[in-house]
Amino acid sequence: MTQPILQTEGLSKSFTLHLQGGVRIPVLADVDLTLLPGECVALSGPSGAGKSTLMRSLYGNYRAGSGRILVRHDGAMVDIASADPRTIIAVRDRTLGYVSQFLRVVPRVPALDVVAEVLVGRGVAVARARDAAHDLLLRLNIPPRLHAVPPATFSGGEQQRVNLARGFIGAHPVLLLDEPTASLDGANSAVVIEMIRQAKARGVAIVGIFHDAEVRDQVADRLFPVMPLQDAA
Amino acid sequence: MNDESLLSARGLSLHFGAIPALVDVDVDLWPGEVLAIVGESGSGKTTLLNVLSGRMAADAGVVWYRDPAGRLVDVHAMPAPALRTLHRSDWGFVHQNPRDNLRMAVSAGGNVGERLMAQGARHYANIRAEAMRWLEEVEIDADRIDDLPRTFSGGMLQRLQIARTLVTHPRLVFMDEPTGGLDVSVQARLLDLIRSLVARFSIAVVLVTHDIAVARLLAQRIVVMQRGRVVETGLTDQVLDDPQHPYTQLLVSSVLQA
Repeated sequence: MTQPILQTEGLSKSFTLHLQGGVRIPVLADVDLTLLPGECVALSGPSGAGKSTLMRSLYGNYRAGSGRILVRHDGAMVDIASADPRTIIAVRDRTLGYVSQFLRVVPRVPALDVVAEVLVGRGVAVARARDAAHDLLLRLNIPPRLHAVPPATFSGGEQQRVNLARGFIGAHPVLLLDEPTASLDGANSAVVIEMIRQAKARGVAIVGIFHDAEVRDQVADRLFPVMPLQDAA
Repeated sequence: MNDESLLSARGLSLHFGAIPALVDVDVDLWPGEVLAIVGESGSGKTTLLNVLSGRMAADAGVVWYRDPAGRLVDVHAMPAPALRTLHRSDWGFVHQNPRDNLRMAVSAGGNVGERLMAQGARHYANIRAEAMRWLEEVEIDADRIDDLPRTFSGGMLQRLQIARTLVTHPRLVFMDEPTGGLDVSVQARLLDLIRSLVARFSIAVVLVTHDIAVARLLAQRIVVMQRGRVVETGLTDQVLDDPQHPYTQLLVSSVLQA
């Protein structure tokens, strides 16, 4: 039987707002999510239910309140909920990729290097990393004349595609996709759908938030409901 | 993954009269890692930098440094000449005000070359060539090599200080508000430069900044200080996006959105 590549056990998460008199907002309770290699699971639920909170917790961007987040990294299960920062950095580097909704642009860094630096950080030669970034940007319809330009001035859709290239170039075994087609037109969405399908065929496991039901139906193998806690209780 | 830390401090405490500047502070830094120390003025972050680098003594606690031979040395028990040697070669210190580090009456090339000479380099042509290479690394035109720093802009002076610091290929650099007091556009260029040089040469950095955006851009890990205490520490993006401590929440929520 295939072993899970990502698994949460009793994952709970709440926020305590100290500046608002310490009010505590529970968002996730006892989430048990299992993800197999090559599988795409779409988080579903109304806006504000905690889909992004779950995704960010899986990535270690939010700190899990309780429970475990197990990820198969270098052949062993690592618990993101309790791992030290350096371990999480290593997991993100080689195992767990994340495409956020918005590109965080760094001043002066050209689009090509925003994408290539994922590989350069792993020790790939700069020229080779740039070649790979170039191909991926072209595939996402970012024309060569934009490759040397820092993406700060790009449109929302162009930034999103640079972000996708950055997310896909690392060929991580697990990918977290937060609204990957939100600002894309039909043609570019189709490219992304094809990239997701090819990644799955290679065995990449994906957790996604897909606002667009059409996109979701084309890539997701199953839905994982995330409900607001008041409603679920 | 290398599990041996480059620099480790345990139980650092320091009082200025009745004011606690450091209270039982522990810090670890691993090779090639950028660690940001954030907090408002008076939180003790610059004091911590000075104690970690041996420039200031603590009332209590110890700072260990692993030298290139793999031996742990107690920074505050080192003889002064050994500490000076460390600061001239294996370590670097980037000050907020470049004038604190540069010699304003010596040419740009001389400022860079001086650190090489302090390490024993004697061949003039080699020193000059290396100085020129480092001026280019920090994007200062090579034809400015014989100019005095006083003819440089604030951003250029800061880049010159970085060239002077990195020319000896230090493994560990302490930075105190390196982009403080610079125009935003100059700051962006400097940040990008620091970011790429530190990654390319795999330099470990302890970076003191009050600017959370600078910490987010440069540092993998972050330490939040308030009134001499470490109130929160962890992965930079986790601490800034999901702050747990009331003070960190205040710090993050006080930043203006551009």
